[in-house]
Amino acid sequence: MEGLSVLTAIVLVPVIGAAVVALIPRSREDVIKAVGLTAAVLVGVAAISLVFAFDANSSEYQFVSEASWIEEFGVSWLLGVDGISLFLVVLTGILFPIALIGTDPHRDVKAYTAWMLVLEAGCLGSFLALDLLLFFLFFELTLLPMYFIIGGWGYEKRVYASLKFFLFTLFGSAFMLVGMLALVFLSAKGSDPLTFDIRELAERGALAEDTARWVFLAFTMAFAVKVPLFPVHTWLPDAHTQAPTAGSVILAGVLLKLGTYGLVRFGLSLFPKAAVDLAPVLLTVAVIGIIYGAVCATMQKDLKRLVAYSSVAHLGFIVLGTFALTTQGLSGGVLQMVNHGLSTGALFLLVGMIYERRHTREIAELHGLQRSMPVMAVVFTVVMFSSIGLPGLNGFVGEFLILIGTFVTRRWWAVVGTAGVILAALYLLWAYQRVFHGTPEGDNAKLTDMTLRERAVMAPLLVLIVFLGIYPQPVLDRINPSVEKLVEHVEARGGYEQPAAAVNGAEGVREEHEKKKAEKEEAKKEETQRRLEEFKGAEDKAREKARSGE
Amino acid sequence: MADLAYLIPALPLAGFLALVVLGRRAGDPGAGWLATSAIGISFLATLATFFELLGQDAHHREVTKPLFTWIAAGGFEVKAALLVDQLSVTMALFVTGVGTLIHLYSVGYMKGDENFPRFFVYLNLFAFSMLVLVLSDSFLFTFLGWEGVGACSYLLISFWFERDTAATAGKKAFVVNRVGDFGFMIAMFLLFSTVGTLTYKEVFEGLEGVSHAAIVAIALLLFLGATGKSAQLPLFVWLPDAMEGPSPVSALIHAATMVTAGVYLMARVSPLLAEAGGALTVVAVVGAVTALVAAVIACAQDDIKRVLAYSTISQLGYMFLAVGSGAYIAAVFHMVTHAFFKALLFLGAGSVMHGMNDELNMKRMGALRRWMPVTGATFIVGWLAIAGVPPFSGFWSKDDVLLAAYDKSPVLWAIGLFTALLTAYYMGRQVFLVFFGEERWRREERGGVHGNEPSRGRPEERSEAEPPAEGEHSEPHESPRLMTAPMVVLAVLALFGGLLNLPFEKLKFLEHWLEPVFEEAEHKLAPGVEDLRLVLALLAIAAGVAGIAIAYAIFMRAGRIAAFEPAVMKRGSGGFDDLYSFLVERPGRAIANFTAFVFDARVVDGIVNGAASVVRMGGSQLRKVQTGYVRNYALGVTFGAALLLGYALLRMGS
Repeated sequence: MEGLSVLTAIVLVPVIGAAVVALIPRSREDVIKAVGLTAAVLVGVAAISLVFAFDANSSEYQFVSEASWIEEFGVSWLLGVDGISLFLVVLTGILFPIALIGTDPHRDVKAYTAWMLVLEAGCLGSFLALDLLLFFLFFELTLLPMYFIIGGWGYEKRVYASLKFFLFTLFGSAFMLVGMLALVFLSAKGSDPLTFDIRELAERGALAEDTARWVFLAFTMAFAVKVPLFPVHTWLPDAHTQAPTAGSVILAGVLLKLGTYGLVRFGLSLFPKAAVDLAPVLLTVAVIGIIYGAVCATMQKDLKRLVAYSSVAHLGFIVLGTFALTTQGLSGGVLQMVNHGLSTGALFLLVGMIYERRHTREIAELHGLQRSMPVMAVVFTVVMFSSIGLPGLNGFVGEFLILIGTFVTRRWWAVVGTAGVILAALYLLWAYQRVFHGTPEGDNAKLTDMTLRERAVMAPLLVLIVFLGIYPQPVLDRINPSVEKLVEHVEARGGYEQPAAAVNGAEGVREEHEKKKAEKEEAKKEETQRRLEEFKGAEDKAREKARSGE
Repeated sequence: MADLAYLIPALPLAGFLALVVLGRRAGDPGAGWLATSAIGISFLATLATFFELLGQDAHHREVTKPLFTWIAAGGFEVKAALLVDQLSVTMALFVTGVGTLIHLYSVGYMKGDENFPRFFVYLNLFAFSMLVLVLSDSFLFTFLGWEGVGACSYLLISFWFERDTAATAGKKAFVVNRVGDFGFMIAMFLLFSTVGTLTYKEVFEGLEGVSHAAIVAIALLLFLGATGKSAQLPLFVWLPDAMEGPSPVSALIHAATMVTAGVYLMARVSPLLAEAGGALTVVAVVGAVTALVAAVIACAQDDIKRVLAYSTISQLGYMFLAVGSGAYIAAVFHMVTHAFFKALLFLGAGSVMHGMNDELNMKRMGALRRWMPVTGATFIVGWLAIAGVPPFSGFWSKDDVLLAAYDKSPVLWAIGLFTALLTAYYMGRQVFLVFFGEERWRREERGGVHGNEPSRGRPEERSEAEPPAEGEHSEPHESPRLMTAPMVVLAVLALFGGLLNLPFEKLKFLEHWLEPVFEEAEHKLAPGVEDLRLVLALLAIAAGVAGIAIAYAIFMRAGRIAAFEPAVMKRGSGGFDDLYSFLVERPGRAIANFTAFVFDARVVDGIVNGAASVVRMGGSQLRKVQTGYVRNYALGVTFGAALLLGYALLRMGS
């Protein structure tokens, strides 16, 4: 492809923004902020316009941008977007400008803005890369800026938290690196050249069943840390609690999705058979995460930590839907990645706004805020209900699709997952009660309500939360074809079949029922035929006997 | 045809949106009038739809009105669509009708409240959600309304959020309901995996291919959902506490409409229940036992609203008893008459609180009929209706329920009959304590009364916002016309509501109207049972009169108001709160604490961090290097990544 394609531009704009920021003198904070915001908004606009240019009927990668890079190894600059990545790109494009406007780093604006932009480029690149090595580089690229953001602009235990975040992720990445190289070199057999193109690698499916399973586990290790799945989740509460607000918003909203996105994009398409075989393991870990995250969230004393643990539970739902391996589960999972980004991003922003005023995250120190901050209370309530999964708001749609998609294949996992829905109501409503209800005293009584700027920051999130709850279909229409294609791929390569209801609804069930009935009748007919023949045979024999006796 | 049906939910939605946009500018009473007209016009639209259906042939009174595709993926598709039929229109009629009256009453009741507009925002949102619940054509769209009313219930119970009890009650209501919703959700999953759809009609058509075990499971899971929303055993414990909400909320949500949603759901899925065999018996038994238990607890309540709350639970039990006996029409009939008389009683209780400076303890009331004649008279009508005195509406509907129960099992009938006696007793007790006898409120200093226990009316500082003319009253006073007028209307309905379905062939209007909906599911009475109707009715009257007589004997004699009322029955939910706290809350808390602060913080984190600690043990000097190392590594990777990116860009140009 000649010149710059739109996807390449989307990835490069934040990089250029960061470079420009680096050139501006440290003292010109206003200019730095303006440049940073301009770059982020440009990306946001481009990402949203992608939705309109995107062909909803196609399940293929669109706007593919390809340039050969290291030909000897089959590495290329290869970007593309399909229904699975489209809305994650949009989510990234929306959350970054919001995080930049909505929060104040308080110090060293220059470095902060530059790191945020580099982080955005890393996220976008990860979602768009169709080349494994390119994905790996972008995936790693997100690590550094986040490390610096937590370590540089975070709270009291930021050094410990950022280090923990860094080491955990690095640990996972090491597995992925090995897995990736194994996959690529083992896939180059006979006349097939080396390639990092995931489309080609998925098509080849060259690994032996056993090998594929190990390589799948290596990838899964990296993604499991990122998601995070139990028991490698312990970096998350620390990182979230210590990160500055923007860090938490991006960490929860976008970075965690790299893990779930990785599982969908690489786990399922590159290793379909291994994914089918190991699905029960991952489903179990996912369900543990749902319940475990919720139980831990319930007792937290730190509001931010509570939201962090709720993320563990929510991400568990997404993994559950992914390994349900049904259209509903996967579509719901992909949608839920976006939903979680919106509602948890919004929750972290709100907690940040409270922190800016009260300089505490302790639930026990906060009380009766609904009286001093009525508008904040309304916004918090809506976001909370979205996170709880109230129908009519976005969270429900994804959660319901995930659970129903899981139930049709893995009944009991879905039942336990549904129990998590009860707990979500418990921990959030309880937190809300302790923070917002009651009569405020002291500092809590003297708080100023949300400023115009804060309202403007929350407005787009609220609009999306309501819109996606009532009319998610335009989004699902774009997700579904790609998900259906992926499931078909897994079915073809993984020796597995979705239940009739998941594919064709009532009609599918009816057909299956009729088929079974027909089979039964057929069997019955055969049985009668057989008996009849038997009887006839006996009769003949008897007759013969009689004849011979005569 | 029936395009007006769209307007039924659309109007309260529009009212809600308008009030959200206007915010505080809508003002007091502006917001109230706007909300009231929204639901009032919605009532007119429902009436018009009703007459339109009436004009159709009896078997062509079912219309589906599609709106848009809500959620679709693969073989799963759910549309937002309205199902207009006899059942949904009947429900919509009383939801909007009673709803309008209570909106109107609220304009008077909430006058002067600081958050007056917010109250009506919630009220209209509630009306919208309730109408979606009722008019939906699929399980999932019903679930949208189902959860919507739950959320509104939460918001309205904790409306006076400064009070801890109100905040806790709201949370409790939502969480307990979620336990029921768990059942509802699993039922939907099972339906989808066995039938492949969640649309009512398609589900009923596709049932033949489903195994009996699955149908029973679905029925019981849906019933679990119903026990949450309709406050039945074992999930009834949230409703008594829900009385923390303003009285109009108790009347609208926690008596007339939302809590009947469970009964409605059962009626809606009657074709499924008809196939579910034993599940129906479970419904009947749970209903009967709940009716009895709640009635027993009601006998010991001193709080004017809590008596009514337990009474509501008990009456809902009757409705489930009817459903479980296969008498769907009787269930709907009782639902309608109950909506009339119970809404009336709650509005009456609100009026008493209004006139008594938010006093709630009935033992500090007395003789109020002299001071509040309209409230007193209408309340007495409600009392006679619920006590089953002919010709008041409750008599007729309860009679139908008991007849069906007798046909199901004489034991269930006997429980129902005894409950009727208790009902007459505790309601008699309430009426005698509040409206008759001595003026006990004169005996005590008002300050002392309020000092002992928290008032459950509006918070203290709110009272100051009330017009001084009212604040000056040291004696009870009748409520303004805006509040009494809806009560009078409801009193008329509670008196004549029985006319909807009198037990004479030509006068069974409701039965003839609803028959096509329940055609296949409605249980036909065994031969001979119909002949027993008169005998059973006489026994029911006797029970009612006996209950009233006992209450009279105890509470109309001066100084003898300390009847046999065990302390345990006065505890939260008649002791059930303690039980659940012991069984669920305390162990749950301990487990969660252990998980969060010991297991997660020490064990899991400890093990996963173990590797790092091992490295760290290498020496204290190494620690410095280690942090430095990370930064170096970080910078190294940044450089590397930047170089690679640059290289990529260069290569791309070519």
